[in-house]
Order: sequence, then structure tokens, then C-alpha cells
Amino acid sequence: MLKKIIVKILFSFVLITQVQSAESGGMPQLNPEFWISQIVWLVITFGALYVILSKVILPKISNNLESRRSQILENIEIAEKQREESEEKLKEFDKIILNSKLEAKNLFNEARQKVLNEIDKKRSEMEKNLEEEISSAEKEIQSLNNNSTENIKKIATETSLSLIQQLIGEEINKESISSVVNGLTNKSKENRKNV
Amino acid sequence: MNQFNVYRIGPEIKLGSVDISFTNASLFMVISTIAILIVLNLGAKKKSLIPDKLQLLAELTYSFVSKMISDTAGTKAKPYFSFIFSLFMFVLFCNMFGMIPYSFTVTSHIIVTFVLAAFIFIGVTIIGFIKHGLGYLKLFVPSGVPMVLLPLIVVIEIISYLSRPISLSVRLFANMMAGHTMMKVFGGFVVSLGIVGGWLPLSFSVALTGLEILVAFLQAYVFAILTCIYLNDALNLHH
Repeated sequence: MLKKIIVKILFSFVLITQVQSAESGGMPQLNPEFWISQIVWLVITFGALYVILSKVILPKISNNLESRRSQILENIEIAEKQREESEEKLKEFDKIILNSKLEAKNLFNEARQKVLNEIDKKRSEMEKNLEEEISSAEKEIQSLNNNSTENIKKIATETSLSLIQQLIGEEINKESISSVVNGLTNKSKENRKNV
Repeated sequence: MNQFNVYRIGPEIKLGSVDISFTNASLFMVISTIAILIVLNLGAKKKSLIPDKLQLLAELTYSFVSKMISDTAGTKAKPYFSFIFSLFMFVLFCNMFGMIPYSFTVTSHIIVTFVLAAFIFIGVTIIGFIKHGLGYLKLFVPSGVPMVLLPLIVVIEIISYLSRPISLSVRLFANMMAGHTMMKVFGGFVVSLGIVGGWLPLSFSVALTGLEILVAFLQAYVFAILTCIYLNDALNLHH
């Protein structure tokens, strides 16, 4: 089957080429009848194409390309500049944030210090007052203590004097009584100590 | 071979005794030129930062050719950019218009490609002699070759230099002609094998169409890049 087709193809190939060469008689390319005409028209058309392209169209295209490239470069430059600017701004912003943080910290510390100072001051004042009061109270107690023994002695002496006077009816030396009272109180003191 | 026939369109125009009539070949040269100009002009008109499709097409083509030139011939080749750009676009559009059924492929004619190649050859040689004077002849004497071999090498170099226009023109012409002939042959198979056996050559024909579009682009690219390489020899002279 395949063989048959190949044979058929080859056969028809021979047939066609024979028919074609018979009808045209060789290659038309080698027939010089229109050579000059082809050359002339080639020169005219190609010349016109060259002149119009080189004078009108190609400069336009090259201009377009050039302007596009310069515009793109310009845009890139602008973008670069803006990026730098924004970076700078960002840095500034960071700086501002940092500064304000520091400031806030300072303010906080200051306020704290102030409050602490005030508290200290008030406390020391109060302590001072307290101490003064305590010392004055102690003094009073001391003096009261001292006074009380004296008073007791005095009262004891006076009451004993008046008692003796009423009992005996005559006046006795004050000093002897007070020495007796003194001796008694000392004795009771010693007793208390011993107990 | 009908598709390669050149025939007169309109009246016969004679300049002296020379026939310069408008032919179908001329018609497709004019169509290609106008198509290039329209597409590129529309692409160059707007100046938006973000290009639309046509503008992108024009700008991509521009940077494609410009990169090709700077890669192969360096910065010195910048003044010749317009020429190489026109050359590339002209060959490309002629090739591509040839892919339309019933159209005519301008570049499948040896005379057209040879005139282009010869113009490039002569131009490059003139540029070489202007830039380097007689020093341009050093191109034929590669450095680091033993003295014994030198006469032989120089002869070979001269022959290879002189065959440049021929190889350049025949490459393009032969590629275009062979491709179109192949497509015609396979189209003929489809007809002769009929509905039973015609499917195989038809699928070949479809595949060939894709291949031919690739070849049309590739040959235009090769034509332009070889021009750049020749220009590089003339401008920079390091062999």
C-alpha cells in the first residue's frame, strides 16, 4: 500500500515537472526581457523607501524611544529621591519618638522625685514634731514624777504636823517631822526595791 | 514555474530603446514599499509612553535591527543604520508578500537580489577604501599565516571576497525560488492524487507554508546580517 503511494507520488512528480517545463520553457528568472525594468523599479522603490525611512520615519521612532528612555530614567530618579526623602522622614520620626519617650521618662522621674521629696520632708517634719512632743511629754512626766514625791512628802509632813498638833496641842519642830517622813519614804522605797 | 513569470501591467514604457514597463514585479515592489511605509509611519506617529500594538511593532523592529548592527559591526556602523533597516524591511516584506497565493515574489528573481547584493558589495568596498586607503587590501592577508602558504591564502581570500555578491544574491534567490517551487509541486500533487491520496501532500503543503514563512523571515535576517558583517570588515578591518 505504502509502496504504491510512493510510486504514485514519484510518478506524478515526474509528470508535473515535465508538464511545467514544457509549458514555460525554463526558468523565467533567466529570461532577460524584463531585467532592466526590474532593476529600474527596484532602484525607484528601494530608493524611495530608503529616503523616506531615513529622513522621516526612523528619526521619529528613534525620538520616541529616546524620549521614553529619558522619561523612564527621570521617573526612576524621582522615585529614588522620594524614597530617600521618605527614609529621612522616617528617621526623623523615629528620632522624635525617641526624644518624646525620653522626655516622658524625665518628666515622670522628676514628678516622682518631687513627690518623694515632699513625702520625705513631711515625714521628717512630722517626726521632728513627734520627737519634740515626746521629749516635752517625757520632761513633764519627769517633772511630775519629781514633783509628786516632793508633794507627797510635803503633804505627809503637813498632815502629820497638823495631826500631831491636834493630838498633842503644841507645836513641834517642822524639820524633825520632815526628816522622819524622809526616813519613812526611803524605807518604803527600799522595801519596794527589796520586794 | 508560472508563478515566477514577469508580465507587463499597463502600457509599455520605453526609455530610449530600453523597456522599463511597469510589471507585476514592479507592482509588488511598490506594494511592499507602501506597506512598510504605512506600518512604520503609523507606528511612529504616536508618542505615548506605553506603546500600542503598531508602535510596539515599529519600535521592536527598530531596536531589533539596531541591536543586530551594533552586535556585528559595532558603533561605527551607525550611519548605515537607515540603509540596513530599509534593506531588511524591503527583503522581509517582499518575501512575506510572496507568501500570499497568486502574488509575486520579488526576491525570487536573481536579478533583483543580485542588484541588491552588488550594490552592497560595491558600497562596502568603497567604504573600506575610503576608511583605510590601500590598507584595506590587508583584508586579503590574514595575520599569523606562514609565508609558504601566503600566496595560496591570498588567492583564496580574494576569490571568497569577490564571490560575496554572488553568494549573497543566490542564497536569497534560491531559497525563495526553491520554497515556492516546492509548494507548487505539492499543490500539484494534491490535485493529481485527488480526494483519495491528496491528503498527504496537502498536509505537507500546510507544513511547508509554515516553513516558508520562517524562511522568508530568516532569509531577510541573513541578508541583513551578512551585510552587517561585510560592513564590519570594511569599517574595523580585523580579520
